[in-house]
Amino acid sequence: MGFKRKKGDGDGEEMESDGRGKPSFNGGGQRHVILPSMIKNKDKRSKVYAKQKHEKKLEKQKKIRERDAAEKRALELGEEPPQKQIPKTIENTRESDETVCRPDDEELFADIDADEFNPVLRREVTPKILITTCRFNSTRGPAFISELLSVIPNSHYQKRGTYDLKKIVEYATKKDFTSLIVVHTNRREPDALLIIGLPNGPTAHFKLSNLVLRKDIKNHGNPTSHEPELVLNNFTTRLGNRVGRFFQSLFPPDPNFRGRRVVTFHNQRDFIFFRHHRYIFDIKEIKPSDKGKDGVAQERVKPRLQECGPRFTLKLVTLQHGTFDTKGGEFEWVHKPEMDTSRRRFFL
Amino acid sequence: MQHDEVIWQVIRHKHCSYMAKIETGIFCRNQYNVTGICNRSSCPLANSRYATIRDHDGVFYLYMKTIERAHMPNNLWERIKLPRNYEQALEMIDKHLLYWPKLLQHKVKQRLTKMTQMRIRMRKLALKTREVIVPMPRRQMKREQRREDKAEKAALLDKAIETELLTRLKTGIYNDIYNYPEPLFNKILDDGKEIVKEVEEEDEEVGVIEYVEGDDELEEEMEDMEDFSGFPSKESYLEDSDDEDEDDAEEQVVIHKKGRALKKSDDNGKSKKKSRVVVEVEQEDGGTRASLKSLKL
Repeated sequence: MGFKRKKGDGDGEEMESDGRGKPSFNGGGQRHVILPSMIKNKDKRSKVYAKQKHEKKLEKQKKIRERDAAEKRALELGEEPPQKQIPKTIENTRESDETVCRPDDEELFADIDADEFNPVLRREVTPKILITTCRFNSTRGPAFISELLSVIPNSHYQKRGTYDLKKIVEYATKKDFTSLIVVHTNRREPDALLIIGLPNGPTAHFKLSNLVLRKDIKNHGNPTSHEPELVLNNFTTRLGNRVGRFFQSLFPPDPNFRGRRVVTFHNQRDFIFFRHHRYIFDIKEIKPSDKGKDGVAQERVKPRLQECGPRFTLKLVTLQHGTFDTKGGEFEWVHKPEMDTSRRRFFL
Repeated sequence: MQHDEVIWQVIRHKHCSYMAKIETGIFCRNQYNVTGICNRSSCPLANSRYATIRDHDGVFYLYMKTIERAHMPNNLWERIKLPRNYEQALEMIDKHLLYWPKLLQHKVKQRLTKMTQMRIRMRKLALKTREVIVPMPRRQMKREQRREDKAEKAALLDKAIETELLTRLKTGIYNDIYNYPEPLFNKILDDGKEIVKEVEEEDEEVGVIEYVEGDDELEEEMEDMEDFSGFPSKESYLEDSDDEDEDDAEEQVVIHKKGRALKKSDDNGKSKKKSRVVVEVEQEDGGTRASLKSLKL
């Protein structure tokens, strides 16, 4: 034991436990890199680590200087500067998912034809939404619900009472509703949204967060009753596609472009951001940059947005086939904490 | 020898591990206790002749102990299964506890009543959907919140929405509403081109109202689109848009004829560039609108 410890303490460089410390005599001429974590002696370890960090920093600075010099040279010579490197983002480095929808996927089209939203999206049925709450209402609940009523056309609100959710589903199907939205409250704040498609549509349970009501938004606009346009961004996978179509089935399929209302569901890293704007297109004069052209005023069309209506974030918790039935239903997707382990893996 | 009195004295005044004293009274935690209260007559340890009812998985059993078996602890309690029916169970209790002290009979029957009521209620509740209370691990909540904030920053929502609207504008579904001069418009949308001269040229013709007729070519182009249901004449369109005063303070600039038939300068010229299927629907006011929504995904 003493022997081993001595070995570890003294010469960290010469440790060969995982072969990394070995100087390689191959023709490759690899440099052996010492992992500071292999050194047991704290003093020595911190010194080695600081040295490695410093070396890395110097290398990086050298690279940057070379890159800048190359660019400058190329510009002077009138050639094209070397291509800029693309910074890595989480979206860039997202784990490849085999369920991402491809544009030529026959199975996808077949699925779309056969799914529950088809009647609404094919304009055979106009969507009619019933909004209700959980049994206990909250401080912000009614305000949120009234704003939802103004956002979603053809929606109705009914007080919950003590009815069982399954009974409510039956009632709604009888009265020809196409969807049921239950706003759930926790700690006096709405915190979950349960969207049930009817008559036999899927049930999606979303976690709601970061709710900002219309009155709390600065310079908010007031929505009209025109049918809004929908923008559904970044729903790439099959599951995402399904969820996106679910949102689409809540709104009437014929937007009234004169109303200039747009409702956005933007999916970023499995968080669905909901926004509601009124827009207008402006032709703006943009001052020219000093780089290229002679002082010519360029005109651009730019859309201007005015936010109205609530703003919130949704995260899918479960998606269940069929109407609400936690015990017997078939869950298409359930969020489990072990799915959060990788920072580059997203499901929607 | 079984001296109940001695046992009771010891238990009550010294220590009984089944006794639970709370503000409202003294309770007995022994599972064989009929009433649940720590009493001389309800203590299963201090009474050599005793009876209770216990339930296993919704089935009720009558337990009895007698002094004859007091020396055999593993055969001490005699168990009889009671029928599901309440009246029949009562009769069975009567039969088995026939010559037992009245107090015990009474207490046992009371216990049976209470337990049947509880059983009914539990069964009803199990059928209902109840709200489940779940724990919310704080670390995970914080992690979610952090990820959400970063996602929001990465999302650049306003920019995304604006680019989306611009692409929709380029495909021309709004072109009935925003009457910009078409070549000027095209050039504005394509980034970074100089349009000074064009602007000068068209200033003279701004504000001139020209009426144009509808076109056959347009109909041909739209034949294979879904839900196609007729195309009104362009005239009615322009009249509509001229009559309506829209909220936006834009000038009504008219679509020019530039030596070509108007049909070419219509939105379908642009929409042909992109291979998107445009679904057209007729609205009440007679105009056809194109909806891209069903294919955006």
